Amino acid sequence: MGGHCLWDGTLSPNDFIASADDLTKKWMAINPNLPQWTWIPCQRMDVSCNAEGYLALENMYQLSASEVNAPTDDENYSAEEAPFDNATLIQSYNDDMHIYDFHIVYSFSYQVPVLYFRGYRCDGHPLHLCDIEKDLPPYSSKIRNESKWTFMTQEEHPYLCCPWYTLHPCGTSDWMKLLLGGDLPSKNPDMLHYLSAWLSVVGQTVGLRIPLELHDKSI
Amino acid sequence: MELCSKEAVKYVWEGAIPLQIHLHESEVTTLPPPPPILVLGSRIGYLPLLVPLIKPHFSSTLPPGTDTVWFDYKGLPLKWYIPTGVLFDLLCAEPERPWNLTVHFRGHPGDVLTPCEGEDSVKWSYINSLKEAAYIINGNCKNVMNMSQADQLELWQSLVKGNMDGYLRISSRLKLGPLGEDCIVRSASSSAQPRQAIGEPDFTGSGRPCHLSFKCAMKTLLPKIFFEEPLVDDHEFLREGETVGADSSYGDSETIGGSWNAQAEEIPFAGQPQVQLLKKSKIKMIRIQGIELDMDIPFFWVVNNLKNPEYFLHICVFIGTSTDQSTFR
Repeated sequence: MGGHCLWDGTLSPNDFIASADDLTKKWMAINPNLPQWTWIPCQRMDVSCNAEGYLALENMYQLSASEVNAPTDDENYSAEEAPFDNATLIQSYNDDMHIYDFHIVYSFSYQVPVLYFRGYRCDGHPLHLCDIEKDLPPYSSKIRNESKWTFMTQEEHPYLCCPWYTLHPCGTSDWMKLLLGGDLPSKNPDMLHYLSAWLSVVGQTVGLRIPLELHDKSI
Repeated sequence: MELCSKEAVKYVWEGAIPLQIHLHESEVTTLPPPPPILVLGSRIGYLPLLVPLIKPHFSSTLPPGTDTVWFDYKGLPLKWYIPTGVLFDLLCAEPERPWNLTVHFRGHPGDVLTPCEGEDSVKWSYINSLKEAAYIINGNCKNVMNMSQADQLELWQSLVKGNMDGYLRISSRLKLGPLGEDCIVRSASSSAQPRQAIGEPDFTGSGRPCHLSFKCAMKTLLPKIFFEEPLVDDHEFLREGETVGADSSYGDSETIGGSWNAQAEEIPFAGQPQVQLLKKSKIKMIRIQGIELDMDIPFFWVVNNLKNPEYFLHICVFIGTSTDQSTFR
Protein backbone atom coordinates (compact mmCIF):
# COMPACT_ATOMS: atom_id res chain seq x y z
CA MET A 1 0.00 0.00 0.00
CA GLY A 2 2.84 2.35 -0.83
CA GLY A 3 1.81 6.01 -0.96
CA HIS A 4 -1.56 5.40 0.69
CA CYS A 5 -2.67 8.34 2.80
CA LEU A 6 -2.36 7.48 6.46
CA TRP A 7 -3.56 10.82 7.70
CA ASP A 8 -5.73 10.47 10.76
CA GLY A 9 -7.75 13.65 10.42
CA THR A 10 -5.85 15.72 12.97
CA LEU A 11 -3.64 18.76 12.64
CA SER A 12 -0.59 20.00 14.49
CA PRO A 13 -0.53 23.22 16.53
CA ASN A 14 1.56 24.92 13.84
CA ASP A 15 -0.82 23.83 11.10
CA PHE A 16 -3.67 25.20 13.18
CA ILE A 17 -2.01 28.59 13.35
CA ALA A 18 -1.28 28.65 9.61
CA SER A 19 -4.78 27.51 8.75
CA ALA A 20 -6.28 30.13 11.07
CA ASP A 21 -4.39 32.79 9.19
CA ASP A 22 -5.67 31.37 5.89
CA LEU A 23 -9.27 31.34 7.12
CA THR A 24 -8.99 34.91 8.39
CA LYS A 25 -7.74 36.17 5.04
CA LYS A 26 -10.29 34.24 3.00
CA TRP A 27 -13.17 35.43 5.19
CA MET A 28 -12.00 39.01 4.83
CA ALA A 29 -11.85 38.64 1.06
CA ILE A 30 -15.29 37.06 0.81
CA ASN A 31 -17.24 38.86 3.53
CA PRO A 32 -15.63 42.23 4.07
CA ASN A 33 -18.82 43.63 5.57
CA LEU A 34 -19.36 40.96 8.15
CA PRO A 35 -17.56 40.75 11.49
CA GLN A 36 -14.06 39.41 10.98
CA TRP A 37 -12.08 36.62 12.53
CA THR A 38 -9.36 37.88 14.84
CA TRP A 39 -6.42 35.90 16.17
CA ILE A 40 -6.15 36.33 19.91
CA PRO A 41 -2.68 35.31 21.09
CA CYS A 42 -2.30 33.69 24.49
CA GLN A 43 0.75 32.55 26.30
CA ARG A 44 -0.20 29.67 28.51
CA MET A 45 2.00 29.17 31.46
CA ASP A 46 5.12 27.34 30.54
CA VAL A 47 3.81 25.82 27.34
CA SER A 48 6.62 26.37 24.88
CA CYS A 49 4.42 26.59 21.80
CA ASN A 50 5.31 30.06 20.69
CA ALA A 51 2.26 31.45 19.01
CA GLU A 52 -0.55 29.84 20.90
CA GLY A 53 -3.93 31.50 20.67
CA TYR A 54 -7.41 31.16 19.26
CA LEU A 55 -9.62 32.64 16.56
CA ALA A 56 -12.53 34.86 17.56
CA LEU A 57 -15.54 35.99 15.58
CA GLU A 58 -17.73 38.23 17.66
CA ASN A 59 -20.91 40.23 17.40
CA MET A 60 -22.39 38.06 14.71
CA TYR A 61 -26.01 39.09 14.51
CA GLN A 62 -28.51 36.39 13.88
CA LEU A 63 -32.26 36.66 13.55
CA SER A 64 -33.85 34.55 16.20
CA ALA A 65 -36.27 31.86 15.15
CA SER A 66 -39.21 33.98 16.23
CA GLU A 67 -38.57 36.53 13.46
CA VAL A 68 -40.67 35.25 10.60
CA ASN A 69 -40.30 37.97 7.98
CA ALA A 70 -36.64 37.72 7.06
CA PRO A 71 -36.23 40.40 4.43
CA THR A 72 -33.29 38.77 2.66
CA ASP A 73 -31.98 35.25 2.27
CA ASP A 74 -28.88 35.87 4.32
CA GLU A 75 -29.66 35.64 7.97
CA ASN A 76 -26.37 36.88 9.31
CA TYR A 77 -25.70 40.58 9.48
CA SER A 78 -22.94 42.65 10.89
CA ALA A 79 -23.57 45.28 13.45
CA GLU A 80 -22.36 47.87 10.97
CA GLU A 81 -24.19 46.90 7.83
CA ALA A 82 -27.98 47.04 7.62
CA PRO A 83 -29.20 45.42 4.43
CA PHE A 84 -32.73 46.72 4.79
CA ASP A 85 -34.07 50.23 5.30
CA ASN A 86 -34.24 51.95 8.62
CA ALA A 87 -37.95 51.59 9.09
CA THR A 88 -37.70 47.81 8.98
CA LEU A 89 -34.48 47.86 10.97
CA ILE A 90 -36.04 49.67 13.90
CA GLN A 91 -38.87 47.23 13.97
CA SER A 92 -36.69 44.13 14.04
CA TYR A 93 -33.74 45.47 16.02
CA ASN A 94 -35.28 44.41 19.24
CA ASP A 95 -35.84 41.19 21.09
CA ASP A 96 -35.63 39.16 17.94
CA MET A 97 -31.96 39.66 17.21
CA HIS A 98 -29.51 37.40 18.91
CA ILE A 99 -25.81 38.13 18.96
CA TYR A 100 -23.28 35.34 18.89
CA ASP A 101 -19.59 35.08 19.60
CA PHE A 102 -17.65 32.16 18.09
CA HIS A 103 -14.20 31.07 19.11
CA ILE A 104 -12.11 28.41 17.41
CA VAL A 105 -9.72 26.88 19.92
CA TYR A 106 -7.09 24.20 19.37
CA SER A 107 -7.44 21.08 21.49
CA PHE A 108 -4.09 19.59 22.43
CA SER A 109 -5.75 16.39 23.55
CA TYR A 110 -7.71 15.71 20.38
CA GLN A 111 -5.38 17.66 18.04
CA VAL A 112 -8.32 19.21 16.27
CA PRO A 113 -10.07 22.59 16.43
CA VAL A 114 -13.00 22.98 18.80
CA LEU A 115 -15.82 25.50 18.47
CA TYR A 116 -16.83 27.52 21.50
CA PHE A 117 -19.77 29.88 21.28
CA ARG A 118 -22.20 31.91 23.30
CA GLY A 119 -25.21 34.02 22.53
CA TYR A 120 -26.81 37.18 23.89
CA ARG A 121 -29.99 39.10 23.49
CA CYS A 122 -29.68 42.68 22.32
CA ASP A 123 -29.84 43.92 25.88
CA GLY A 124 -26.72 41.93 26.71
CA HIS A 125 -28.57 39.23 28.59
CA PRO A 126 -26.89 35.89 27.96
CA LEU A 127 -28.88 33.25 26.13
CA HIS A 128 -29.60 30.01 27.88
CA LEU A 129 -29.28 26.74 26.06
CA CYS A 130 -33.04 26.55 25.51
CA ASP A 131 -32.92 29.93 23.73
CA ILE A 132 -29.90 28.92 21.66
CA GLU A 133 -31.58 25.68 20.69
CA LYS A 134 -34.36 27.62 19.03
CA ASP A 135 -31.76 29.30 16.82
CA LEU A 136 -30.20 26.03 15.76
CA PRO A 137 -31.07 24.29 12.53
CA PRO A 138 -33.63 21.53 13.14
CA TYR A 139 -31.22 18.65 12.68
CA SER A 140 -28.91 20.05 15.35
CA SER A 141 -31.74 20.22 17.82
CA LYS A 142 -32.55 16.65 17.02
CA ILE A 143 -28.97 15.49 17.64
CA ARG A 144 -28.91 17.45 20.84
CA ASN A 145 -32.04 15.79 22.06
CA GLU A 146 -30.60 12.39 21.33
CA SER A 147 -27.16 12.88 22.82
CA LYS A 148 -27.64 15.55 25.42
CA TRP A 149 -24.36 15.11 27.20
CA THR A 150 -21.96 14.36 24.40
CA PHE A 151 -22.80 16.70 21.54
CA MET A 152 -23.22 20.25 22.75
CA THR A 153 -22.32 21.03 26.33
CA GLN A 154 -21.36 23.93 28.50
CA GLU A 155 -17.67 23.86 29.36
CA GLU A 156 -15.08 26.20 30.70
CA HIS A 157 -13.42 28.17 27.91
CA PRO A 158 -9.76 27.09 27.98
CA TYR A 159 -8.42 30.63 27.89
CA LEU A 160 -11.18 32.82 29.28
CA CYS A 161 -12.08 30.49 32.14
CA CYS A 162 -15.80 31.05 32.13
CA PRO A 163 -18.64 28.89 30.80
CA TRP A 164 -19.13 28.75 27.03
CA TYR A 165 -21.06 26.31 24.88
CA THR A 166 -19.02 23.90 22.86
CA LEU A 167 -19.37 21.11 20.33
CA HIS A 168 -17.65 18.01 21.56
CA PRO A 169 -14.57 17.24 19.44
CA CYS A 170 -14.21 13.49 19.82
CA GLY A 171 -15.56 12.66 16.35
CA THR A 172 -13.88 15.52 14.49
CA SER A 173 -10.78 13.69 13.27
CA ASP A 174 -12.94 10.90 11.80
CA TRP A 175 -15.07 13.14 9.63
CA MET A 176 -12.20 15.49 8.75
CA LYS A 177 -10.36 12.44 7.46
CA LEU A 178 -13.31 11.76 5.18
CA LEU A 179 -13.70 15.37 4.20
CA LEU A 180 -10.10 16.24 3.40
CA GLY A 181 -8.33 12.94 3.06
CA GLY A 182 -10.71 11.02 0.86
CA ASP A 183 -10.07 12.46 -2.60
CA LEU A 184 -6.53 11.51 -3.38
CA PRO A 185 -5.25 8.82 -1.05
CA SER A 186 -1.73 9.14 -2.34
CA LYS A 187 -1.46 12.81 -1.52
CA ASN A 188 -1.19 14.48 1.84
CA PRO A 189 -4.19 16.62 2.72
CA ASP A 190 -4.08 20.35 2.20
CA MET A 191 -3.63 21.42 5.80
CA LEU A 192 -3.83 25.11 5.01
CA HIS A 193 -7.52 24.73 4.22
CA TYR A 194 -8.25 22.52 7.20
CA LEU A 195 -10.09 25.20 9.16
CA SER A 196 -12.16 26.41 6.22
CA ALA A 197 -13.29 22.87 5.55
CA TRP A 198 -13.91 22.19 9.22
CA LEU A 199 -15.87 25.41 9.67
CA SER A 200 -18.05 24.67 6.67
CA VAL A 201 -19.36 21.62 8.53
CA VAL A 202 -19.31 22.81 12.10
CA GLY A 203 -20.63 26.28 11.35
CA GLN A 204 -23.78 24.84 9.86
CA THR A 205 -24.43 22.90 13.04
CA VAL A 206 -24.69 26.14 14.97
CA GLY A 207 -26.47 28.09 12.25
CA LEU A 208 -23.45 30.09 11.14
CA ARG A 209 -23.82 30.57 7.43
CA ILE A 210 -20.67 29.79 5.53
CA PRO A 211 -20.36 31.19 2.02
CA LEU A 212 -19.45 28.66 -0.65
CA GLU A 213 -16.50 30.77 -1.71
CA LEU A 214 -14.72 29.70 1.45
CA HIS A 215 -13.91 26.45 -0.34
CA ASP A 216 -12.34 28.24 -3.27
CA LYS A 217 -8.65 27.56 -3.04
CA SER A 218 -7.76 30.29 -5.44
CA ILE A 219 -8.61 33.01 -2.93
CA MET B 1 10.08 -1.52 41.16
CA GLU B 2 6.98 -3.07 39.68
CA LEU B 3 4.91 -0.73 37.58
CA CYS B 4 1.56 -1.34 39.22
CA SER B 5 0.94 -1.59 42.90
CA LYS B 6 -2.54 -2.57 43.95
CA GLU B 7 -1.70 -1.48 47.46
CA ALA B 8 -0.90 2.03 46.28
CA VAL B 9 -4.05 2.23 44.22
CA LYS B 10 -6.02 1.09 47.27
CA TYR B 11 -4.56 3.94 49.33
CA VAL B 12 -5.60 6.39 46.64
CA TRP B 13 -9.14 5.01 46.46
CA GLU B 14 -9.51 5.05 50.23
CA GLY B 15 -8.20 8.59 50.57
CA ALA B 16 -10.76 11.10 51.76
CA ILE B 17 -10.90 14.73 52.84
CA PRO B 18 -12.76 15.55 56.05
CA LEU B 19 -15.13 18.37 55.12
CA GLN B 20 -17.07 20.78 57.28
CA ILE B 21 -19.85 22.17 55.14
CA HIS B 22 -21.53 25.43 56.13
CA LEU B 23 -24.73 26.72 54.58
CA HIS B 24 -24.28 30.21 53.20
CA GLU B 25 -25.75 32.76 55.58
CA SER B 26 -27.96 34.29 52.89
CA GLU B 27 -29.85 31.02 52.65
CA VAL B 28 -30.50 30.52 56.33
CA THR B 29 -34.10 31.30 57.18
CA THR B 30 -34.34 29.80 60.67
CA LEU B 31 -33.04 30.67 64.09
CA PRO B 32 -30.78 29.35 65.41
CA PRO B 33 -28.89 28.79 62.17
CA PRO B 34 -28.14 25.15 61.40
CA PRO B 35 -24.72 23.91 62.48
CA PRO B 36 -22.29 22.85 59.76
CA ILE B 37 -22.28 19.22 58.73
CA LEU B 38 -19.22 17.01 58.74
CA VAL B 39 -18.78 14.67 55.79
CA LEU B 40 -15.94 12.68 54.33
CA GLY B 41 -15.31 13.57 50.69
CA SER B 42 -13.60 10.82 48.75
CA ARG B 43 -10.44 12.14 47.10
CA ILE B 44 -11.35 10.57 43.78
CA GLY B 45 -14.97 11.68 44.02
CA TYR B 46 -16.68 14.96 43.26
CA LEU B 47 -18.37 17.48 45.53
CA PRO B 48 -21.86 17.34 43.94
CA LEU B 49 -21.99 13.62 44.77
CA LEU B 50 -22.10 14.61 48.43
CA VAL B 51 -25.27 16.66 48.03
CA PRO B 52 -27.60 13.76 48.97
CA LEU B 53 -25.77 13.64 52.31
CA ILE B 54 -25.69 17.39 52.80
CA LYS B 55 -29.06 18.56 51.63
CA PRO B 56 -31.26 16.79 54.23
CA HIS B 57 -29.28 18.50 56.93
CA PHE B 58 -30.17 21.95 55.62
CA SER B 59 -33.43 21.43 53.78
CA SER B 60 -35.66 22.67 56.58
CA THR B 61 -33.94 26.02 56.64
CA LEU B 62 -33.67 26.74 52.93
CA PRO B 63 -35.76 29.49 51.36
CA PRO B 64 -38.36 28.35 48.83
CA GLY B 65 -37.24 27.89 45.24
CA THR B 66 -35.35 25.55 42.98
CA ASP B 67 -31.87 24.36 43.82
CA THR B 68 -28.70 24.77 41.85
CA VAL B 69 -26.04 23.52 44.21
CA TRP B 70 -22.58 24.98 44.24
CA PHE B 71 -19.70 25.19 46.72
CA ASP B 72 -17.20 27.86 47.56
CA TYR B 73 -13.97 27.99 49.52
CA LYS B 74 -13.28 31.39 51.05
CA GLY B 75 -15.50 32.98 48.44
CA LEU B 76 -13.98 31.14 45.49
CA PRO B 77 -16.58 29.16 43.54
CA LEU B 78 -15.35 25.59 43.19
CA LYS B 79 -15.26 23.76 39.88
CA TRP B 80 -17.43 20.74 40.54
CA TYR B 81 -15.87 18.68 37.76
CA ILE B 82 -12.48 18.59 39.44
CA PRO B 83 -12.01 15.69 41.87
CA THR B 84 -12.35 16.68 45.53
CA GLY B 85 -8.80 15.60 46.37
CA VAL B 86 -7.33 17.76 43.62
CA LEU B 87 -9.32 20.79 44.77
CA PHE B 88 -8.04 20.29 48.29
CA ASP B 89 -4.42 19.81 47.21
CA LEU B 90 -4.57 22.93 45.05
CA LEU B 91 -6.34 25.28 47.40
CA CYS B 92 -4.89 24.31 50.75
CA ALA B 93 -1.14 24.66 50.71
CA GLU B 94 -1.29 24.08 54.42
CA PRO B 95 -3.85 21.29 54.71
CA GLU B 96 -6.86 22.46 56.63
CA ARG B 97 -8.58 19.71 58.61
CA PRO B 98 -11.50 19.69 58.46
CA TRP B 99 -11.69 21.61 55.22
CA ASN B 100 -14.28 24.36 55.65
CA LEU B 101 -16.48 24.81 52.62
CA THR B 102 -19.69 26.74 52.07
CA VAL B 103 -22.58 25.20 50.21
CA HIS B 104 -25.13 27.25 48.29
CA PHE B 105 -28.44 26.12 46.91
CA ARG B 106 -29.29 29.40 45.22
CA GLY B 107 -27.62 32.24 43.44
CA HIS B 108 -25.46 30.12 41.18
CA PRO B 109 -22.73 32.30 39.58
CA GLY B 110 -23.46 31.33 35.98
CA ASP B 111 -20.96 33.81 34.58
CA VAL B 112 -17.98 32.04 36.12
CA LEU B 113 -19.10 28.50 36.81
CA THR B 114 -20.88 25.94 34.65
CA PRO B 115 -24.01 24.78 36.46
CA CYS B 116 -24.15 21.24 37.77
CA GLU B 117 -27.47 19.56 37.19
CA GLY B 118 -26.94 16.73 39.62
CA GLU B 119 -25.25 13.36 39.40
CA ASP B 120 -25.77 13.08 35.65
CA SER B 121 -23.70 16.21 34.99
CA VAL B 122 -20.85 14.75 37.01
CA LYS B 123 -21.12 11.34 35.37
CA TRP B 124 -20.94 12.76 31.86
CA SER B 125 -18.11 15.09 32.75
CA TYR B 126 -16.28 12.01 34.00
CA ILE B 127 -17.08 10.01 30.85
CA ASN B 128 -15.90 12.88 28.65
CA SER B 129 -12.64 13.06 30.60
CA LEU B 130 -12.22 9.32 30.22
CA LYS B 131 -12.81 9.66 26.47
CA GLU B 132 -10.21 12.39 26.29
CA ALA B 133 -7.67 10.23 28.11
CA ALA B 134 -8.49 7.28 25.85
CA TYR B 135 -7.99 9.49 22.82
CA ILE B 136 -4.61 10.65 24.05
CA ILE B 137 -3.49 7.11 24.85
CA ASN B 138 -4.90 5.25 21.85
CA GLY B 139 -5.53 7.92 19.23
CA ASN B 140 -9.25 7.23 19.41
CA CYS B 141 -11.91 6.85 22.06
CA LYS B 142 -13.70 3.88 20.53
CA ASN B 143 -13.13 1.69 23.57
CA VAL B 144 -15.05 4.12 25.76
CA MET B 145 -17.74 4.89 23.18
CA ASN B 146 -18.34 1.19 22.59
CA MET B 147 -18.87 0.38 26.22
CA SER B 148 -22.28 -1.08 26.87
CA GLN B 149 -24.73 1.02 28.84
CA ALA B 150 -24.56 -1.51 31.64
CA ASP B 151 -20.77 -1.35 31.80
CA GLN B 152 -20.75 2.44 31.73
CA LEU B 153 -23.25 2.53 34.55
CA GLU B 154 -21.35 -0.03 36.58
CA LEU B 155 -18.09 1.83 36.04
CA TRP B 156 -19.65 5.04 37.25
CA GLN B 157 -21.36 3.44 40.22
CA SER B 158 -18.06 1.83 41.26
CA LEU B 159 -16.51 5.26 41.34
CA VAL B 160 -19.40 6.80 43.26
CA LYS B 161 -19.35 4.04 45.85
CA GLY B 162 -15.58 3.77 46.05
CA ASN B 163 -15.64 0.18 44.87
CA MET B 164 -12.09 -0.21 43.60
CA ASP B 165 -12.29 -3.88 42.64
CA GLY B 166 -15.44 -3.39 40.60
CA TYR B 167 -13.87 -0.42 38.92
CA LEU B 168 -10.64 -2.19 38.04
CA ARG B 169 -12.55 -5.14 36.65
CA ILE B 170 -14.43 -3.04 34.13
CA SER B 171 -11.74 -0.50 33.35
CA SER B 172 -9.26 -3.23 32.51
CA ARG B 173 -11.43 -4.05 29.50
CA LEU B 174 -10.74 -0.59 28.18
CA LYS B 175 -7.08 -1.49 27.71
CA LEU B 176 -5.77 1.89 28.75
CA GLY B 177 -2.63 0.72 30.45
CA PRO B 178 -0.56 0.03 32.39
CA LEU B 179 1.83 2.52 30.84
CA GLY B 180 5.47 1.74 30.55
CA GLU B 181 8.70 2.96 29.09
CA ASP B 182 7.48 2.45 25.56
CA CYS B 183 5.09 5.36 25.74
CA ILE B 184 5.73 8.55 23.87
CA VAL B 185 6.01 12.02 25.25
CA ARG B 186 3.80 14.42 23.43
CA SER B 187 3.65 17.91 24.76
CA ALA B 188 2.23 21.09 23.31
CA SER B 189 5.68 22.20 22.21
CA SER B 190 6.47 19.10 20.27
CA SER B 191 4.90 20.10 17.01
CA ALA B 192 8.26 19.69 15.33
CA GLN B 193 8.61 16.07 16.37
CA PRO B 194 7.38 13.36 14.08
CA ARG B 195 4.29 11.74 15.47
CA GLN B 196 4.64 8.14 16.46
CA ALA B 197 2.07 5.59 17.44
CA ILE B 198 1.79 4.61 21.05
CA GLY B 199 3.59 1.38 21.63
CA GLU B 200 6.53 2.13 19.41
CA PRO B 201 9.83 2.59 21.17
CA ASP B 202 10.74 6.17 21.67
CA PHE B 203 13.46 7.02 19.21
CA THR B 204 13.47 10.77 19.59
CA GLY B 205 16.80 12.49 19.31
CA SER B 206 16.98 13.29 22.96
CA GLY B 207 17.32 9.62 23.85
CA ARG B 208 15.29 9.13 26.95
CA PRO B 209 16.85 7.20 29.79
CA CYS B 210 15.35 3.80 30.46
CA HIS B 211 13.82 4.65 33.80
CA LEU B 212 12.40 8.12 33.65
CA SER B 213 12.32 9.70 37.07
CA PHE B 214 9.50 11.97 38.17
CA LYS B 215 12.00 14.80 38.24
CA CYS B 216 12.97 14.26 34.60
CA ALA B 217 9.34 14.11 33.57
CA MET B 218 8.57 17.39 35.30
CA LYS B 219 11.52 19.06 33.58
CA THR B 220 10.16 17.90 30.25
CA LEU B 221 6.65 19.09 31.01
CA LEU B 222 7.43 22.40 32.65
CA PRO B 223 10.80 23.43 31.26
CA LYS B 224 10.29 27.10 31.98
CA ILE B 225 9.38 26.64 35.60
CA PHE B 226 11.48 23.70 36.59
CA PHE B 227 15.07 24.63 37.32
CA GLU B 228 17.84 22.29 38.32
CA GLU B 229 18.98 24.32 41.30
CA PRO B 230 16.63 26.37 43.42
CA LEU B 231 17.24 30.04 42.67
CA VAL B 232 17.81 32.64 45.30
CA ASP B 233 15.12 35.24 45.08
CA ASP B 234 13.41 37.63 47.41
CA HIS B 235 9.94 36.93 46.22
CA GLU B 236 7.46 36.18 48.89
CA PHE B 237 5.80 32.87 48.54
CA LEU B 238 2.46 33.51 46.90
CA ARG B 239 0.56 30.39 46.15
CA GLU B 240 -0.51 30.29 42.53
CA GLY B 241 -4.19 30.39 43.01
CA GLU B 242 -4.42 33.11 45.61
CA THR B 243 -7.28 35.08 44.21
CA VAL B 244 -8.66 38.48 44.77
CA GLY B 245 -12.08 38.29 43.27
CA ALA B 246 -14.78 35.73 43.11
CA ASP B 247 -14.56 35.50 39.35
CA SER B 248 -11.28 33.68 39.43
CA SER B 249 -10.18 30.15 39.08
CA TYR B 250 -7.37 28.60 40.99
CA GLY B 251 -4.47 26.32 41.25
CA ASP B 252 -1.77 25.48 38.82
CA SER B 253 -2.44 21.90 38.01
CA GLU B 254 -0.87 19.86 35.29
CA THR B 255 -3.13 17.13 34.16
CA ILE B 256 -1.38 14.53 32.14
CA GLY B 257 -2.97 11.84 30.06
CA GLY B 258 -1.41 8.48 29.62
CA SER B 259 0.94 9.61 26.92
CA TRP B 260 1.95 12.71 28.85
CA ASN B 261 0.05 15.21 26.79
CA ALA B 262 0.65 18.22 28.98
CA GLN B 263 -2.02 20.79 29.54
CA ALA B 264 -1.50 23.51 32.08
CA GLU B 265 -4.64 24.92 33.62
CA GLU B 266 -4.60 28.64 33.85
CA ILE B 267 -5.08 30.79 36.88
CA PRO B 268 -6.99 33.98 36.34
CA PHE B 269 -6.32 36.65 38.89
CA ALA B 270 -9.34 38.84 39.60
CA GLY B 271 -10.72 38.47 36.11
CA GLN B 272 -7.39 38.53 34.33
CA PRO B 273 -7.27 35.32 32.36
CA GLN B 274 -3.52 35.07 32.05
CA VAL B 275 -0.61 35.14 34.42
CA GLN B 276 2.82 36.14 33.26
CA LEU B 277 5.39 34.08 35.07
CA LEU B 278 8.44 35.76 36.37
CA LYS B 279 11.66 34.44 34.98
CA LYS B 280 12.84 33.27 38.35
CA SER B 281 9.75 31.44 39.50
CA LYS B 282 10.72 28.72 41.86
CA ILE B 283 8.95 25.46 42.50
CA LYS B 284 7.93 25.38 46.11
CA MET B 285 6.05 22.13 46.27
CA ILE B 286 4.64 19.42 44.08
CA ARG B 287 1.72 17.36 45.35
CA ILE B 288 -0.09 14.40 43.90
CA GLN B 289 -2.99 12.76 45.76
CA GLY B 290 -1.96 14.79 48.78
CA ILE B 291 1.55 13.39 48.75
CA GLU B 292 4.70 15.43 48.30
CA LEU B 293 6.63 13.11 46.05
CA ASP B 294 10.19 11.98 46.15
CA MET B 295 11.48 13.33 42.86
CA ASP B 296 13.44 10.18 42.07
CA ILE B 297 10.43 7.89 41.93
CA PRO B 298 10.02 6.36 38.45
CA PHE B 299 7.53 8.49 36.57
CA PHE B 300 5.55 5.56 35.25
CA TRP B 301 5.00 4.24 38.75
CA VAL B 302 3.48 7.63 39.59
CA VAL B 303 1.28 7.57 36.48
CA ASN B 304 0.01 4.04 36.93
CA ASN B 305 -0.68 4.20 40.64
CA LEU B 306 -1.54 7.79 41.50
CA LYS B 307 -3.75 8.63 38.53
CA ASN B 308 -7.43 9.33 39.02
CA PRO B 309 -10.13 6.96 37.74
CA GLU B 310 -10.60 9.05 34.59
CA TYR B 311 -6.99 8.21 33.67
CA PHE B 312 -5.67 11.66 34.28
CA LEU B 313 -2.78 12.34 36.61
CA HIS B 314 -3.34 15.61 38.46
CA ILE B 315 -0.10 17.24 39.50
CA CYS B 316 -0.42 20.25 41.76
CA VAL B 317 2.55 22.57 41.45
CA PHE B 318 3.09 25.44 43.81
CA ILE B 319 5.46 28.12 42.57
CA GLY B 320 6.71 31.32 44.06
CA THR B 321 5.70 34.57 42.45
CA SER B 322 6.09 38.20 43.27
CA THR B 323 3.45 40.02 45.21
CA ASP B 324 4.12 43.05 43.02
CA GLN B 325 0.87 43.30 41.07
CA SER B 326 2.43 45.25 38.25
CA THR B 327 4.28 42.19 37.08
CA PHE B 328 1.09 40.42 36.21
CA ARG B 329 -0.37 40.82 32.75
